[in-house]
Amino acid sequence: MNDIFKNKYLLGVLFAGLLLLPFIAGDYLLRVIIVAGIYVILTLSLNLVTGYTGQFCLGWAAFYGIGAYTSALLAINLKLSFWIGLPLAGIMAALFGIALGIPTMRLKDIYLAITTLGFGEIIRLLLLNWSDLTRGSMGLPGIPAPSIFGISLDNNYFYYYFMLVLVCIVILAMERIIDSRLGRALSAIREDELAAKSMGINTTRYKIIAFAVGAFFAGIAGSFHAHYSSFIDPQSFSFSESTIILAMVVLGGMASIKGSVLGAVILTLLPEALRDFSEYRMIVFGLIMMAVMLIRPQGIWGQSKARTASIGKIMLKAKGGAVKDAVRG
Amino acid sequence: MLLQQIINGLAQGSIYALVGIGFALIFGVLGLVHFAHGEVYMLGAFFGFALISVFHLGVVPSLLIAIIASALVGILVERIVFKPLRKAPDVAPMVCTLGLSVVLQNVAMLVWGSDTKSVPDVISGTVIPFFSAHISTSQILIFAISLVLMLALQYILYRSKLGRAIRATAQNKEAAALMGVNINKVISATFALGSGLGGAAGVLVGLYYNAFYPTMGFMAGLKAFVATVLGGLTSVPGAVLGGLVLGVAENLGAAYISSGYRDLIAFVILILVLLIKPSGFFGRSLQGKV
Amino acid sequence: MLLEVKGVTKKFGGLTAVDNFSIEIEKGTITGLIGPNGAGKTTVFNLLTGIYPVSSGSIVLDEQDITNNPSHVITQKGLTRTFQNIKLFNNMTVFDNVRIGHHCRGSSNLLGALFRPPSTRREETEMSERTMSLLEDVGLADRKDELASNLSYGMQRKLEIARALASEPKILLLDEPAAGMNPQETKELTQFISNLKDKGLTILLIEHDMKLVMNICKKVVVLDHGAKIAEGVPQEIQSNCAVIEAYLGKGAAKCSQ
Repeated sequence: MNDIFKNKYLLGVLFAGLLLLPFIAGDYLLRVIIVAGIYVILTLSLNLVTGYTGQFCLGWAAFYGIGAYTSALLAINLKLSFWIGLPLAGIMAALFGIALGIPTMRLKDIYLAITTLGFGEIIRLLLLNWSDLTRGSMGLPGIPAPSIFGISLDNNYFYYYFMLVLVCIVILAMERIIDSRLGRALSAIREDELAAKSMGINTTRYKIIAFAVGAFFAGIAGSFHAHYSSFIDPQSFSFSESTIILAMVVLGGMASIKGSVLGAVILTLLPEALRDFSEYRMIVFGLIMMAVMLIRPQGIWGQSKARTASIGKIMLKAKGGAVKDAVRG
Repeated sequence: MLLQQIINGLAQGSIYALVGIGFALIFGVLGLVHFAHGEVYMLGAFFGFALISVFHLGVVPSLLIAIIASALVGILVERIVFKPLRKAPDVAPMVCTLGLSVVLQNVAMLVWGSDTKSVPDVISGTVIPFFSAHISTSQILIFAISLVLMLALQYILYRSKLGRAIRATAQNKEAAALMGVNINKVISATFALGSGLGGAAGVLVGLYYNAFYPTMGFMAGLKAFVATVLGGLTSVPGAVLGGLVLGVAENLGAAYISSGYRDLIAFVILILVLLIKPSGFFGRSLQGKV
Repeated sequence: MLLEVKGVTKKFGGLTAVDNFSIEIEKGTITGLIGPNGAGKTTVFNLLTGIYPVSSGSIVLDEQDITNNPSHVITQKGLTRTFQNIKLFNNMTVFDNVRIGHHCRGSSNLLGALFRPPSTRREETEMSERTMSLLEDVGLADRKDELASNLSYGMQRKLEIARALASEPKILLLDEPAAGMNPQETKELTQFISNLKDKGLTILLIEHDMKLVMNICKKVVVLDHGAKIAEGVPQEIQSNCAVIEAYLGKGAAKCSQ
């Protein structure tokens, strides 16, 4: 499958297609693709933390929401331009990412999963209950569209091309991170944290960096979403949303950039194609997650032998270590 | 007022305890978290609801049938999800049960609608004075049934051959297998017990608040898990204690601090436990051998 | 003295795993740490590498106190180990495994990764060159793109040693490097370790293969039930009563009480 991308001709065609898309596709399809772009960024950001660094994170929608609300509130209350709000949203999300990373750095697997889930819920509850700031369940309507030199950019062409630029930047950033000293340290942490420490890697520091960078990208996606949709509310950033993003990572394959793009695109386009069956949307997501785990846990493009440290095995070792040693002699 | 909150908290806490025991049993034997356990609780509640409102059965027979039905659901889940994934990396059952929980919640929404259901007055609304507070009949029902179920579990775990097998497997799977324990049976039995208790909790809570809705399992499952962590993750008495503590803390917090942030209390407790003493009340620390 | 361990004790609750252990390791030597199963040898390694905190005592590396330092700091300061059970990064290639070893000798971080300035690119090139050179030393250069999990047991051991060497340690701790090797492989390994010493590396090794130990170790320390029961050159240890009793049981050596 990888060879498809080595073919420069095909890549060129793909790229040309992407550039010309707004002129070919109708308005509706364009909107769907823009949303797909948002999810591509979200999926990539979660994959950095869960797939590459091996930190199972269940509350990812929280960073998406933090980014969205930061950008929206800055625009509404302080009349700050989108171009400033976007990076600030990312930074705010990154700060929360660090805040989550610090207490959870010693946690593994289950403990980490539940704690991140809890964090996601805490953020959602804060967004819901802190009405003075966020207007609670009424949400924030009227988020201004981006503009430049006073000219409003509120049209799908702008959103599409800007989304394309953002996606390209995020993909490039991810590729550079993965193929670097930092990225290799993250992979080492995923493979065997103890061995990584023994090789001089400050695992705490790198886990926090992973959370911060991942959250940053998620925050950026949130900011884009807020100004694109012009309305946000806490419901959009619930656990269901986190589950959807995780389903995209799982389907596409952990620790795979191509996989994340594919997973996000498929799971955004699919529900749209099945719009008549929208009430089954979440069921389909759930079934896909189950099916992937049962049939092909590495997802479509994941590494073929994704083996993560097994808490079950660790517990067996701790309890049964004595028996094992006796048997070994 | 304080006493009332404590009583209410203990009632709610008993529910968390019943569900939490399920997590403790499953984690103790398999070392894995069952993300769809909350949905088993929800299904148990709906079984009870259907039995009471549609078939007009009494509370106790409905409860018993719901327990058995939930136990069967638990065994089914084990067969479909956990057994095929025994050799897979740990994320696999976690993601899979997560997916299952989403499926079950949404299927329930399709089948029963997402509105909240209630049963016509099955439990009389009598309230008995108790010192400076009062206990309602539904609370008495919860305390009584929880106690009976927990004692039954104690009996099974400590006075029966199956219970010994379960405890042995939880301590050392390989050694137990070498001693002739049928691990598959033990795992199925563990799921049956845990899920049965969860289903019972669902029926009880449904009757207590007279509210049955498809997403009731999500929060309850999460909080019950917090209770289990508080208790030490693998400890059954720990889960009970953790559940009660959580129930009381939640009620006191909601009454004296703020009711909107009620759900937050569980997560705050979770983070505190994990930061200060991850092994909870009765758990052992999971330091593996290098 | 490169490494000075003074009175290190480790208690796990009521159990004393390591009891008042002291040792001085001279630079450029190979020291052997032997003892029956369960004597506490790997625990000593875990204490030296910061995996367990000591209950008491001190560990000084090259005049720097490393007692209770975090593992990654100890590696940065020059002490690296291999594991009894081989802990390679299974889903990474042979090349990447060794390259990770270089991590603590590099410095490029997030900004370097994103913008790839000349300093980062230079560092990457140097790391790659050193990695290749190490792979050639252990004879794994031709398999550099294979997954680590695909190698044979003996090759995995070599890979782990190469990875440890990549961290440019002052002292290398080898935990049963010859375990599971056939006589030919053991012979090669013995030669390899000896060559490392000739290049100036200090080595402390846990081994059960007595031939290997007596062959290349300048000094041998014997541990039993967490305590040091003998220390000396190989010939002395071989005829030491207490040592023979520890391995074969009381009465086996007919020592005078």
